[in-house]
Amino acid sequence: MTTEMAEPASKIELPASVAGDGEIPTFHITLRVRRYDPEISEEARWDDYKLTMYGTDRVLDALHKVKWEIDGSVSFRRSCAHGVCGSDAMRINGRNRLACKTLLKDLDTSKPITVEPIKGLPVEKDLIVDMEPFFQSFREVMPFLINKGHEPTKERLQSVEDRERFDDTTKCILCAACTSSCPVFWTDGQYFGPAAIVNAHRFIFDSRDDAGDMRLEILNDKEGVWRCRTTFNCSEACPRGIQVTKAIAEVKQAILARKI
Amino acid sequence: MTTIETPRSGKIGSGKIAPKYNRTGSSRGNFEMIAWLFMRLSGIVLVVLIFGHLFVNLLVGEGIHAIDFGFVAGKWADPFWQFWDLAMLWLAMLHGTNGVRTIINDYAEKDSTRFWLKMVLYAATLVIIILGTLVIFTFNPCPVVDGVQLPGGFCPAP
Repeated sequence: MTTEMAEPASKIELPASVAGDGEIPTFHITLRVRRYDPEISEEARWDDYKLTMYGTDRVLDALHKVKWEIDGSVSFRRSCAHGVCGSDAMRINGRNRLACKTLLKDLDTSKPITVEPIKGLPVEKDLIVDMEPFFQSFREVMPFLINKGHEPTKERLQSVEDRERFDDTTKCILCAACTSSCPVFWTDGQYFGPAAIVNAHRFIFDSRDDAGDMRLEILNDKEGVWRCRTTFNCSEACPRGIQVTKAIAEVKQAILARKI
Repeated sequence: MTTIETPRSGKIGSGKIAPKYNRTGSSRGNFEMIAWLFMRLSGIVLVVLIFGHLFVNLLVGEGIHAIDFGFVAGKWADPFWQFWDLAMLWLAMLHGTNGVRTIINDYAEKDSTRFWLKMVLYAATLVIIILGTLVIFTFNPCPVVDGVQLPGGFCPAP
């Protein structure tokens, strides 16, 4: 038996900041979290936590540190922690972002970093909001394939161009960052919201789907696409980089083209 | 066994969503689409009408120094300018009213507030449009009351 050779030293040159014995720079931050616990008080309050974090840490890591080491009562949602599940959308320094995709070093660490729940949805506790009103309008646009033709025995084929047509809106992870950044949605929550329209767009412009007209009819509503004021908050908030306002404009044009 | 409480935002028996956050049923119809289209089309026409109006009133001939009662009276003697000003009045008023209507829809928080603000808005719009239209078509630069010429200075004696 030959003994396995020890792994040779890495030949890849690393920048000075991560060289040496793999030391990552640390810095101090103040995390200011919006706290709300209706069992204690109906009033929300701010709690400050002073933390020492690493250059590779995200806001989610700071929240973990608080919850695991300082105050276990801090509540927030997160599932995959890698920007795919869309659970941890929150208002960080006044902007809707995913806590798991926002690096602390990209924020202004000289000032407290504020973390609030997303706006326009009922807060359950701390950073957790009730997403049900959001999903209600999502369900209304019928976000599933409706095909009237015969059921094929294989997959439904589609040309590259046809697939490209709605590619951008397939990226949605339903984190609600867009809808809860929309000032029209903040007013009364009756507006369909960018996320529902994006998911309608994904099927309206899908060549395999036959219910596009039905969805256009649903969105030609008093609370539908015409309430969009093109403030671009949604496009700015989307952690997936979807051109949300553009998608809404395309749905508007599709409704117009169908009616006229 | 522990039971998990229903979310605070929803009351037991009323479905999952609190009434405040529940979406009211759909309200189809093309009104919002037509209003949206009207804003864009009237906007384009208004740019032409308003800049034409400013150009003729302020820049042509003696320009701003020529504007007086007689100048306006002269313009309204011409059906072309009557129509121009009428179009400008109607489009500007409807364009502006629709704009304020959307602002009220966006910013009013209570349904009753929203309703009354819009009623005030529509009443004001109606008064101005009717009054303006009346003035454009019934304008008489030399009104005579009880056989006496009202002071104007430039009208021929009756």
